[in-house]
Amino acid sequence: MLNISNLHVSYGGIRALQGISLNVEEGKIIALLGANGAGKSTTLRTIMGIVKPDQGSIDFEGESLLGLKSFQVVMKGIALVPEGRRVFSNLTVKENLSLGAYTRKDKEKIKADIEEIYELFPRLEERHTQSAGTLSGGEQQMLALGRALMSKPRLLMIDEPSLGLAPVLSQDVLSKLVELNQKRNQTVLLIEQNARAALSIADYAYILETGQIKLEGPASELATNDDVRKTYLGIH
Amino acid sequence: MTFDSFFQNLANGISLGSLYALIAIGYTMVYGILRLINFAHGDLVMLGSYFAFYGVSMFFLPWWAAFIFAVGVTAGVGVVMEKVAYRPLREFPRINLFTAAVAVSFLLENLAIVIFGGRPKAFSRPPFMDKMLNIGSITFVSYTPIIIAVSLVLFVGLILIINHTKAGTAMRALSKDIETTGLMGVNTNKTIMFAFLLGSCLAAVGGILWAIKFPQINPLMGVMPGLKAFVAAVLGGIGNVGGAMIGGLLLGIVEIMLVAFFPSLSGYRDAFSFAILILLLLFRPTGIMGEVQPEKV
Repeated sequence: MLNISNLHVSYGGIRALQGISLNVEEGKIIALLGANGAGKSTTLRTIMGIVKPDQGSIDFEGESLLGLKSFQVVMKGIALVPEGRRVFSNLTVKENLSLGAYTRKDKEKIKADIEEIYELFPRLEERHTQSAGTLSGGEQQMLALGRALMSKPRLLMIDEPSLGLAPVLSQDVLSKLVELNQKRNQTVLLIEQNARAALSIADYAYILETGQIKLEGPASELATNDDVRKTYLGIH
Repeated sequence: MTFDSFFQNLANGISLGSLYALIAIGYTMVYGILRLINFAHGDLVMLGSYFAFYGVSMFFLPWWAAFIFAVGVTAGVGVVMEKVAYRPLREFPRINLFTAAVAVSFLLENLAIVIFGGRPKAFSRPPFMDKMLNIGSITFVSYTPIIIAVSLVLFVGLILIINHTKAGTAMRALSKDIETTGLMGVNTNKTIMFAFLLGSCLAAVGGILWAIKFPQINPLMGVMPGLKAFVAAVLGGIGNVGGAMIGGLLLGIVEIMLVAFFPSLSGYRDAFSFAILILLLLFRPTGIMGEVQPEKV
């Protein structure tokens, strides 16, 4: 579905990505793991057209995404839940969700989809007229996820959903992703610092280190790999 | 002061304030999105009145067609200004954008001097705007209620656009976070352009109404209304559209009332507005409607 090959990205003098290649298969949960500064967010930001690559290719369903602006990437069927959630604190919960459906024209269907998001996250319905700035961190993460789903993405990308959340809440978010994957066949590309949690829900995982793919493989295999266990799972 | 003259002054203050407010909205919308004080905004006020003047005197358009023509052309200038001078600088430090705004302002003023001529021109009002109206024992010229009514319609229209349309929601989102708004599938360039379009239209209407109220136009006529509207935008809380309306009305009313109550101070009218700005920046820098929003991380 998404094929990235030999992607190089640099900011100023820093080479953030040095030729990474990865593949996202339809219907799967793919995890992208790695330490801070390894280039995980840069990868997603490059896919969304926020950052321009120096070389390499990004193809989605056979079409190149290079040179597209964020809104055009969204129209191709990709949505990103950005790091730190970044909900619009000056808009209400409901307005945040409607904005997520900005590229769509089917008004009736959008209404029904907002109801569906409320079913998935009942807390959002309770607060739908409140401004998003008044929500708790966990609720904001739910809102950011719901907002991304409103564009009906074929590929959902989510950047560090458990950042700054209590362990119970981050477990909640991850289990929602599994639910979406199983019930709707939602394809997910997940960035996560909590490698253990990510490997437990992913089908396949890539491990990034200073801009290069260090390791890749089925999540269950990586979870038992000695290097991974030492470096990312803290098991000796 | 008698009751009648109080009301006369109040109406006068509201009509002046409406003009400040119309102009202030453009400052505040652009600031809200780009964090840019668009110093060239006042010059759009001047262009609006000149285009209306030429629409009537050169193209012999009926007054209403000349006004629509003027609003359209001024909006075009505003959109080109954004695209040529501001968009390429958006990723650079704010000071570059700010410097560009000052440059665009000088450019428009000097182009106007070259093209339109430096001598003031007499702006002729449509005849129905020149009538004396008597309501009870209060007398006003008919343009006063017309200015207030036109402004009111535009304020309501703008608030509806901002709060109840997709483009309006996108504009509010942009003012919070441009990058994330793009992630929602919003064409951010187009939406920023739309904000400039709306602001320029209101500035043009403000300019035409200004020329109706003070019927003499010159290439630097936009400077003072522009500065006053800027004070009004800061007074209301810069970045806040409702605040710009309130700030504009307040400034207009206070200015007129100051002169009405203390005629001997009339020479200090402009100084008074800027004194308000200084005091405001010292004691309530966020303005009336602006508040420091606590952000959750």
